[in-house]
Amino acid sequence: MLTLNNLSCQKGYNLLFDDLSLVVNSGDILRITGTNGSGKTSLLKILAGLNTQEQGTIHLDDHPVKSEEYQNAVFYLGHLSALSAELSCLENLKYLNALNQSTDEQKLIDALNQIGLQGYEDEYCGKLSAGQKRRVILAGLFVSNAKVWLLDEPFTALDPQGVKIIEQRISKHCKQGGLCLFTTHQDSALKNQKVLAL
Amino acid sequence: MNIYLQTLKRDLNVAIRNPSSVLNPLLFFVISVSLFPLAISPEATTLSQIAAGIIWVASMLAVLLSLNSLFHHDFENGVLEQMLISHHSLPLLILSKITAHWLLTGIPIILLSPLLGLFLFLDNEGVKVLMFTLLLATPSLSLIGAIGASLIVGIKNSGMLLSLLILPLYIPILIFASSAVSQVSAGLDISAQLYFLATILVVSLMLAPFISALSLKISLE
Repeated sequence: MLTLNNLSCQKGYNLLFDDLSLVVNSGDILRITGTNGSGKTSLLKILAGLNTQEQGTIHLDDHPVKSEEYQNAVFYLGHLSALSAELSCLENLKYLNALNQSTDEQKLIDALNQIGLQGYEDEYCGKLSAGQKRRVILAGLFVSNAKVWLLDEPFTALDPQGVKIIEQRISKHCKQGGLCLFTTHQDSALKNQKVLAL
Repeated sequence: MNIYLQTLKRDLNVAIRNPSSVLNPLLFFVISVSLFPLAISPEATTLSQIAAGIIWVASMLAVLLSLNSLFHHDFENGVLEQMLISHHSLPLLILSKITAHWLLTGIPIILLSPLLGLFLFLDNEGVKVLMFTLLLATPSLSLIGAIGASLIVGIKNSGMLLSLLILPLYIPILIFASSAVSQVSAGLDISAQLYFLATILVVSLMLAPFISALSLKISLE
């Protein structure tokens, strides 16, 4: 259970959100919506432990944000590609995955296959389209053991087929007891999703 | 330790596949050293007296030139964010990146220095000490430079700011390293200079990865 209590965030002189309290239970899918600059990315970065809130508390079960147990349970994908153009899809995925857990190379290849990038393992990421780059980084979802998924604009640049693959993966993860918070400007066909409008 | 080697391998692969980022500082190093005889004097006695200073200043500026890319690409593409929330120790990841930087910049400078030393009429003993001071102090340049690079990682066109931050910290290294080469040519004892350079290396090795980690966290907030 992810619990946010009286969270507030300020960027410069702008108060993005104030007194934000919510509980996200295991199995929940929370879609965070809002206009540009409303604080969606800031909220996810705070939840990922990258930024610090002005006030308020965040706990995953009894573990506060930035504690080892909390960070071990979180998988965060930002809106940047997190890929090096000079490395192949598999090299990039292997390194990003190694930052959090150790996974067999075959599982990473399978993840690329599942996301629709079979045959692209050795292709340099600099030669991929924006949608393909997004797929490479989203392939990490297929090997992630983290309970909490924080996804910033996961569907950006994806075609409808790609969106469907990711939605299915999110649904499966949440059915297995995980929880997922994601930001998007698009409508999502995910069932049982809750919406937080900032 | 595994993640240290993986990060090192990744950074070396990225650099080897994009060689301009590695070659530019080295070309700058060679060109700037080779211009001095044209500007000052081709006379052997004059050049041999200032050879160590020229090579040391050029190597320092070459390292400075290469520091911009230490964290910048990873910041722009989002890999740095992933490193910050990684389960692994951030100072260890940074130390790995610094090692890659030294292997790609410091080692080639050390290997080129005897050629440039001979080109500037430095005697054999001077060349040996020059190489040894570079071996002892170029890791310190990378370590100290990483602190500056992490502080300015989010700032665009920050080359001048990096120079202002880092050059004052490089000055003691420059003074002691070049004086070691000059003094050995004069037949004097240089153990004090070498101990000083070794001390800077140990202190910067102990502190720089942690300070850089803290700076990166602040820069990415």
